[in-house]
Amino acid sequence: MEEQLHKMAAQAKEALARADSLETLEEIRIRYLGKKGELTRVLRGMSALPAEERPRIGQLANSIREVLENELAERTAEIKARVKRARLAAESIDVTLPGTPFLPGKKHPLTTVQEEIEEIFLGLGFSIAEGPEVELDYYNFEALNLPKDHPARDMQDSFFIGPEVLLRTHTSPVQVRTMERTAPAVPVKIIAPGKVYRRDDDATHSPMFHQVEGLAVDRRVTFGDLKGVLDVFAREMFGAGTRTRFRPSYFPFTEPSAEVDISCVMCGGKGCRVCSHTGWLEILGCGMVHPRVLEMSGYNSAEVTGFAFGMGVERIAMLKYGIDDLRLFFDNDLRFLAQF
Amino acid sequence: MRVSFKWLQEYVDIPISPAELADRLTMAGLAVEGLEEPGKEISNVVTGRIVKIEPHPNADKLMICLVSTGEPEPRQIVTGATNVREGHVVPVALEGARLAGGLVIKRARLRGVESRGMLCSGQELGIDPKTMPADQAHGIMILPADTPLGLDIRPVLGLDDVIFELDLTPNRGDCLSMIGVAREVAALLGQPLRFPRLEAQEVPGSSLEGRVRVDIVEPGLCRRYVARLFTNVRVGPSPLWMQERLRAAGIRPISNVVDITNYVMLELGQPLHAFDYDKLKDGHIIVRRAHPGEVIVSLDGVERHLEPEMLVIADPGGAVAVAGIMGGLDTEVTENTTTVLLESAYFHPTSIRRTSRALGLRSESSTRFEKGIDLEGCLAAANRAASLLVEIGAGDVVAGAVDNYPSPVARKPIILRPERVGYILGADIPREETANLLARLGFTVQDAGQDLLVNVPGYRVDINLEIDLIEEVARLYGYDRVPATLPFGATTRGARTREQSLLKRLKEVLVECGLTEVVTYSFVNPAVFDRFKVPPDSPLRHTLKLQNPLSVEQSVMRTMLLPGLLEVLERNFNRRVTSGAIFEVGRVFLPQGGEALPEERPMLAAAAMGEGAAGWNRPATPLDFYYLKGVLEVLAAKLGLPGLTFEREKENPAFHPGRAARIRAQGETLGIVGELHPDVLEEYELDVRVCAFEVDLAAVLALAGKPPQYRPLPRFPGVKRDIALVVSREVPAADVLRVIRRAGGHLLRSVELFDVYEGEQVREGCRSLAFSLLFQAGDRTLTDAEVTAQTEAISAALVRELGAELRK
Repeated sequence: MEEQLHKMAAQAKEALARADSLETLEEIRIRYLGKKGELTRVLRGMSALPAEERPRIGQLANSIREVLENELAERTAEIKARVKRARLAAESIDVTLPGTPFLPGKKHPLTTVQEEIEEIFLGLGFSIAEGPEVELDYYNFEALNLPKDHPARDMQDSFFIGPEVLLRTHTSPVQVRTMERTAPAVPVKIIAPGKVYRRDDDATHSPMFHQVEGLAVDRRVTFGDLKGVLDVFAREMFGAGTRTRFRPSYFPFTEPSAEVDISCVMCGGKGCRVCSHTGWLEILGCGMVHPRVLEMSGYNSAEVTGFAFGMGVERIAMLKYGIDDLRLFFDNDLRFLAQF
Repeated sequence: MRVSFKWLQEYVDIPISPAELADRLTMAGLAVEGLEEPGKEISNVVTGRIVKIEPHPNADKLMICLVSTGEPEPRQIVTGATNVREGHVVPVALEGARLAGGLVIKRARLRGVESRGMLCSGQELGIDPKTMPADQAHGIMILPADTPLGLDIRPVLGLDDVIFELDLTPNRGDCLSMIGVAREVAALLGQPLRFPRLEAQEVPGSSLEGRVRVDIVEPGLCRRYVARLFTNVRVGPSPLWMQERLRAAGIRPISNVVDITNYVMLELGQPLHAFDYDKLKDGHIIVRRAHPGEVIVSLDGVERHLEPEMLVIADPGGAVAVAGIMGGLDTEVTENTTTVLLESAYFHPTSIRRTSRALGLRSESSTRFEKGIDLEGCLAAANRAASLLVEIGAGDVVAGAVDNYPSPVARKPIILRPERVGYILGADIPREETANLLARLGFTVQDAGQDLLVNVPGYRVDINLEIDLIEEVARLYGYDRVPATLPFGATTRGARTREQSLLKRLKEVLVECGLTEVVTYSFVNPAVFDRFKVPPDSPLRHTLKLQNPLSVEQSVMRTMLLPGLLEVLERNFNRRVTSGAIFEVGRVFLPQGGEALPEERPMLAAAAMGEGAAGWNRPATPLDFYYLKGVLEVLAAKLGLPGLTFEREKENPAFHPGRAARIRAQGETLGIVGELHPDVLEEYELDVRVCAFEVDLAAVLALAGKPPQYRPLPRFPGVKRDIALVVSREVPAADVLRVIRRAGGHLLRSVELFDVYEGEQVREGCRSLAFSLLFQAGDRTLTDAEVTAQTEAISAALVRELGAELRK
């Protein structure tokens, strides 16, 4: 019997060694280790053995079972690993084929830039105000220290709806409306993005364009604060290395007034075609709110001061994306819009 | 304003380079747009006298000139010019000379005759023909006969100069003059200013008495009128130096008298006018409004019809000049003029501006009056002209001047609180420095207790308030020296309002759905309403009209967005971009009877044609009705706008009667979605189906923003059943769904339509709809019997209520 067991074990081992698939292994398991398998069959003959031999043979049978089971497990793992390797090898794909196209649309570049500007000023504690595009002469000019016949009205050729009604030529009227609504309370900190209109249409002017206006009024807002806020804006918008330059200028509604240049985004200030070899690019106008404007809007100019600024969204978008033709923004060629 | 660097140095020493000066001026608010070096390209051009002119043996149109350039032997030069005579001194380009535009002159043979150089026109030397005397504009430049020979032409013609192009802000009328710019330069550099000589040698014993009379009828429009009289005037060309300076400023030399008036205007900023005294009736100047219907022929030969609000200079016989804008042809100074009446006056800026606009006539003179000139400077300017007249020997000056100045006003001094400077700027500028900076600009500064009392000179008409002085201080102190700070609260983040956040989200969702944003003009062609088949009585045709549109295409404010989007599709389609989905968010303008301002209603519109791009592993999505409807459904879901429904819309003539729906939610109509009517598409020449929607954004945003409501997750498994039914195609899917939901009761957790089929296997006029049903209870696992009973109840209801036939 002992010999029988050894012989069976040897056969089983050989079969296991030869097996090359999981199915064969299963067959071997059933044949040798199954309920009706060889091992069971041999052991059935145990009752014929003398009682003193039984424990030894039982032990042997158990050890053979253990050995075979271990062998079987080992072989199973080996074959499984091989099968997996083979499957993975067969499943190789061409990773250079294009990905499944998700084709989202695009925001208009002016919207993207406007939202970027908004985020920067939201971060600086400004909120967003809005106002009408069809505006009263009073808000567009008069309350901004631009009385009738003021020569500076020529700077902004207007579209008129009626004698006292026009399409706003800048977003500055929103300043006045906001101050009127808030006065005499402080602080006021708003930006006002929106469409504006001027009677001009050529390669560098569009009759409709976009501005973002800014206004801060408080008990002690200074020109230094204006510089600080616009420095932050310039660096966030155009990059950390951007330098600003404040040049004295003139707007009827601010005094002192300034025009702000940034170091050229193309050449970094060395001088190139984009900056006309000056190293600087003009991006916005600003200044301290004129005391007359504060007074007309209901503030006591002895007690509060304010600053205001206004920038053209198209101008900034053109600089940011390297667009050289303003008219592309309103042409809406889908091949243009798809690029942003 | 063009400013000659050489000329400027006559009034102030400039120890820095032109480029540095340009930078300083720019940083002080006088923006230098460009620096021009007129003689930069020119070399080897000298003065030469034409000694002899002979005909060319082989060419009728050429001549052979012998030209002396100071060398021992005259040189032979062939020219085609017709305006040169023997004895003329002209610019001569020698062999190897370089001219404007880079042209290089070489020795040449012209029709067999050697030519060793070229006679030059002004243009060849880079001089704008508009600034050349009229007779030389197109020929060789003729220099004064006493010009030494062999001189480098650049200093002779003032081409060794740098011209500053100043882009002045409208408040700085005072810098429309050399002295004004020089004053700024002097203040910036801390240099003294040299004022030009004003005294003229007058004819002893002469007098204006009885010869000149000035009446100002409109002292409100003409606050001062100075007249001087010049006799024995010999009209001729002005000296070269004066011509050069006029030319540098961009003004054409005319004659000595006229040139003097222009020269003084450029120098001091005071426009002057010279009348031929003998053509003025009685030497009597009357400053009055034009008579109704009065006509004058101005210097440019144009007949001007005047209005009573226009100010004229007249003599007893009628208008002789449009005050401050342009003189009359009849009293013009000509070569025969011997006596000149010189006008130096102050006209009201607004009056000049209105008249200039009304006549469509702008001049160097009107530009200056419009900005406001120095009321105190009229007499000085007249005297300066007199001084120049004598200096260049063009005539004699009669002693005295008529100075009609009805109500001189002393300007009130301005109080400046020195601490206010720091308060506004946020920079510590000591009181002494403030006072010093103002003094440098020519302001008189006195102490008045804590404050400063500042007297502003007459030429600074822009300075009237304390804040104006603060700006001057800041400007000279340097904006770059003010430290940048951050205001209080800069570290607290601001926030968008609810509507602003929703709007931003809305655009993001649309973009995620594949739509691209466009921006179109707010003004449209009134013809869009016909193109878009808007009914004649529709309120949408009631528009706000521009009084001065650029063109009819941009003449009324839009009342709807869709026509603009169709134009975008049309434009793209014509460029063979035949697929695309676009949207626009913008305002429409709805006039409100009785209100000055219209309602500005925010709208959202979208339009789509063709199909979304396909991939190699994915078919293209048709950009059709269901695409846009899906977009609206996603939008509603993402924005938290529950209860969106669609109702068939057959009446809107812009839309396909069978493929359009009203968009509704919570009892309100939000807009319309549908395929556009072929009639509309024909108008836009769109040979493709186009679907579109337009919704009222204010209504959408008002209803949106509902947060999603949580429902407990199912704890027991659900059971899925599919049913398919055949029903008349007239029965809307929405009705079928409603019946299923009602019959399904509370155990029916969800219903999804997963197939629609029309065709061979289905009866004519019917279609098959297939739904996937999910049954689920919150408190137990449903039994098969329960689910079957429920499904059968649904089937029964469908058969009963809709006449449906169940498919097995």
